Amino acid sequence: MPEIPLPQSVPLAWYLILSAILFSLGVAGFLFRRNVITVFMSIELMLNAVNLSFVTFSYKFKQVDGHIFSFFVMVVAAAEAAVGLAIILTIFKNRQTLEIDEVSSLKN
Amino acid sequence: MDAILFLLFAAIAVICAVNLVLQTHPISSALSLVGVMGALALLYLQLGGEFIAAAQLIVYAGAIMVLFIFVIMLLNAGKERKLPRKLWVTFAGVPLLAGFIAIAAFVIHRMLPVTEGVKFGSMTHGSPQEIGRSLFQTYLLPFEVTSVLILIAILGAVVLASKEIE
Amino acid sequence: MQNLWIIPLLPLAGFALNGLFGRRFPKAVINTIAVGSVLLAFLWVLKSLSALGAFSGGLEETHVEHYFTWIQSGVLNIGVDFAVDRLTAVMLLIVTGIGTLIHIYAVGYMAHEGGYYRFFAYLNLFMFFMLTLVLAQNFLLLFVGWEGVGLCSYLLIGFYFTEKFATDAGNKAFIVNRIGDFGFSLAIFLITIHFGTLDFGSVFSQAKALPIETSPGWITAIALLLLVGATGKSAQIPLYVWLPDAMAGPTPVSALIHAATMVTAGVYMIARSSSIFLHSPLALNVVAVIGIATAFFAATIGLVQNDIKKVFAYSTVSQLGYMFVGLGTGAFSAGIFHVMTHAFFKALLFLGAGSVIHALSGEQDLRQMGGLAKKIPITCGVLFCASIAIAGVPFTSGYFSKDLILESAYEYAPWMFWVGLFTAGMTAFYVFRAFFLAFTGKYRGKVHHPHESPFVMWGPLAILAALSLGGGFINIPKYLEPLFPLAEGSKLPPLASFSLLSVGLVGIALAYVMYVLAPGLPESLASSFRPIYTLIYNKYFIDEAYDSAVVHPVIDGSRSLLWRTIDAGAIDGTVNGVGKTARAIGSVLRHAQSGYIRSYAGWVVAGAILVVIVMGLTGISFGVTR
Repeated sequence: MPEIPLPQSVPLAWYLILSAILFSLGVAGFLFRRNVITVFMSIELMLNAVNLSFVTFSYKFKQVDGHIFSFFVMVVAAAEAAVGLAIILTIFKNRQTLEIDEVSSLKN
Repeated sequence: MDAILFLLFAAIAVICAVNLVLQTHPISSALSLVGVMGALALLYLQLGGEFIAAAQLIVYAGAIMVLFIFVIMLLNAGKERKLPRKLWVTFAGVPLLAGFIAIAAFVIHRMLPVTEGVKFGSMTHGSPQEIGRSLFQTYLLPFEVTSVLILIAILGAVVLASKEIE
Repeated sequence: MQNLWIIPLLPLAGFALNGLFGRRFPKAVINTIAVGSVLLAFLWVLKSLSALGAFSGGLEETHVEHYFTWIQSGVLNIGVDFAVDRLTAVMLLIVTGIGTLIHIYAVGYMAHEGGYYRFFAYLNLFMFFMLTLVLAQNFLLLFVGWEGVGLCSYLLIGFYFTEKFATDAGNKAFIVNRIGDFGFSLAIFLITIHFGTLDFGSVFSQAKALPIETSPGWITAIALLLLVGATGKSAQIPLYVWLPDAMAGPTPVSALIHAATMVTAGVYMIARSSSIFLHSPLALNVVAVIGIATAFFAATIGLVQNDIKKVFAYSTVSQLGYMFVGLGTGAFSAGIFHVMTHAFFKALLFLGAGSVIHALSGEQDLRQMGGLAKKIPITCGVLFCASIAIAGVPFTSGYFSKDLILESAYEYAPWMFWVGLFTAGMTAFYVFRAFFLAFTGKYRGKVHHPHESPFVMWGPLAILAALSLGGGFINIPKYLEPLFPLAEGSKLPPLASFSLLSVGLVGIALAYVMYVLAPGLPESLASSFRPIYTLIYNKYFIDEAYDSAVVHPVIDGSRSLLWRTIDAGAIDGTVNGVGKTARAIGSVLRHAQSGYIRSYAGWVVAGAILVVIVMGLTGISFGVTR
C-alpha cells in the first residue's frame, strides 16, 4: 500500500473547508429546488454547516463558548422547524400544492 | 489515524449533502439529511464536543428530522417534476458553486494560520459538566430566553396547524 | 420755500380721486376734480413764480428745494429735489397753462364718450409726471417723469382699447420710446461714472470746467446717448414712427401730449443739459443734422396726407425738427422759444381739428370735407389764426421763433438755412392745403348738419388763437439770457432776409392756387409724378422697412429660440426630466419586488457573496474582531 502522506493531526482548515462545502450545497439546494420542504431541509443543512464552524473554533481557542452557541443554534432551529412546518401545512391546505413558485400572491 | 477518520466522515457528509440536493423525492432528501447529521455528530466527537454530538443526534436527527418526515408523509408530497431547463444553466451551476467554495476556502486560509491540528482527545472542555457550568452561569439569560422562544414556537405551531380545512 | 411739491401733487390727487372713485361720480364732479386740480396747479405756479420774482426780473439763480434723500448708495446720493430757474418757469407755465385749457376743452369733446372718468384720471396722471419731469433737479427724477409720461402716452393712445389699431399704436409708442429710454439710461450710467453724481447743479458746474472735446470722447458719448433718448421722446429720425400712429387716441390727447408737452420733453432735456452739449461740438452737429433732416422729411410726407390729424402729426415731427436745429446750432433759447410758440399754435391746430371732427361726428378725411367756413365759423376763424402762425406769416408768434432758429442756422451752416427755408415753405403749403380743403369749396361729405362746438370747446380755442397771434412778442430769448447767452444780432444777407419774410406767403399762395383756384391741379400733378407720389404717400415705406428689419426677426427669434428651445425645451425639460428620471429608476428597482420567493432568495445569496468577497479581498472585517 503506497504511503499516503497524511498529516499527524487534522489541520483546522479542513474542518472549515468542509463547513464551507456543506454551506454552499445548502445554498444550492435552497435556490434550485422547488419543493418547499426540500428548501427547508437545505436551510437545516446550512445551519448544520455553521454549527460545525462554531465547534471548530471552540476547539481552537479551547473554550466551551462555541459549544454553547451551537447548542443555542440547535434550539432555535428546532423552534423554527416547528413553526415553519406548520406554515407549510397551512399553505398546503390552502393551495393544494407544494411548489414554491405557486406561493406568489405578492407578485406585482 | 485522526486524518483518516476525518476524511471518512467528511466524505459521508458531503455525499449525503449532494444527494439531498439532487434527489427529487423529498423523503430521499430527508433521509440524506439524517445521514449528514450523523456524520457531523461524529465529527463533533472528534473535536471534543461530546455534549454537542449527543445533542445533535438526539435533537436534530432524532426530533427535527422525524418531524420533517412526519410532515412529508402527511402531505403525501410526490416527486418534484422536472422543469425544462436550458442547457447552459445545467453547465453553469456546478462551476459557479465550485467558485463560491473556492472563494470561501481562500478567505478561510487567509484568516487562519496553520498552526496546530485537531487530535482526538485534545479538547477536554466539551464535557457536560463544562457545558452545564457555562450555561447556568455565563449564559443564563439566553438560556431562559430560549425557553420562552420555544414556548412561542409551540403556540405558533399549534395555532397555525389547528385551522380546519375549509 | 415755495412748496413746489404742491404743483405736481394736485394733478396726482386728481388722478387718485378720479381713478379710484370716478366710476361713481357724476360727470360734473369728475370735471371739477380734473380741471380744478390742473387749474389750481397753474395758479400755484403763478403764485410761486411771482414770489420768486420770475415776472419782475428776478430768479437769476436756481431756486432749489430739497425734500428727502431717495437713494444713498456708496458715493451716489440722489435726493428728491425740485428746482425752479427761468427755463423751468417757462416750461411750467406752458405745461400748466395749456394743460388747463386742454382739460377744459376735453370736457366738451369727451362728453359723449365712454370711460369718461378713466380719461381724466389718465390725463391728470400725465400732468403729474410731466410736472415732475420739468421740476426735477437731477437726472434720475427727470427720468421718472420721462418714463411716466411715456406710460400715460401709452394709456391714452390706447384709450379706445377695443380697437386693435389703437392698442397697436399704444404698443408702438411705448416700445419705440423704450428704445430711446435705453439710450437715456446708458447716458445716466455714464454720467454717474464720470461725474459721480446726478444732480444738475453739480454735474453742470463740473461740466463747465471741462475742456471742449474736439474728437469723440466720453462727453460726446454722453451727449449722443442723451440725444438717443430725446429722439425717442421727441419723435426725430429714426424713432419718430410712433407719432403718426399715436393719432389713434382722442384729439385732446394728441393736442396735449403729442403737440404741446410730452414731445417737447426731449427738447427741454437737451436744453437743460446744454453745458454738456456745448462741450461736444460733434454731438451738437449731430443734433442739428438730425433736426433739419427730420424737419424736411416729415414735411414732405405731410404734403400728401388725407387724414387731417395725420397732416398735423407730421407737422409736429417737422416742427420738432426745427427745435432740434435751434438747439444744435447753439441757439438753445431759440429752440425753447419755438417750444412755446409751437405749443400755442399746434395745440390750437389739433383742438381745432378736433372741433371739426366733432362737428362732422367723427369724419377725419379731408376729402370728405369742404365748405365748412360758413357752417362752423368760429372753428374756421381760430384755425386760420393757427395756420398763419405756423406758416410763419410776419408778426405771428411762429414767425418770430422760426426766424430766430433759421438765422442761427445760417450762421452755423448756410445749407441748413436754405433747407429749413424750403421746409418752411412746405409747412405753409400743407397747412393751408388742409385749411382750404376743409373750409372752402363745396361740402363733399355726408353729414347733414355740421354744428358748431359748444362754448366749453371754443373758449379755450379763442385764448390759444390770441396767444398764437401775439405770443411772439413775449421775448423768451431775452428772458433766458442768464442761462443761454445770446449771440449778437443777425447778419443775414439781404436775399436770405427777404426770403425769410416771404416764404410763408409764397406757400399760402401756392396752396390757394392749387386748392381753391384750380382744384384739378393736385390730381394731375399726382398722376404725372406717380412714383414719387406713391413713395411719399406711403411714408417712404419706413414702417414696412422697420417691420421686416427689426420687428419680425425679434418676434421670430423670440418664438423659436427663447420660447421653444429654452423655455419649453430646456427649463420645462429639466423639470419634467427629473420626474421622468425618478419614474425610470423606479421602474428598474421595481423588479426587486417580484413576489417570487426564489428571487428573494437569490438576492440574499448574492448579497452574502458580495460581503464575503469584500471581506476576502480587502480584509475589512465588518466589526468581526480577533
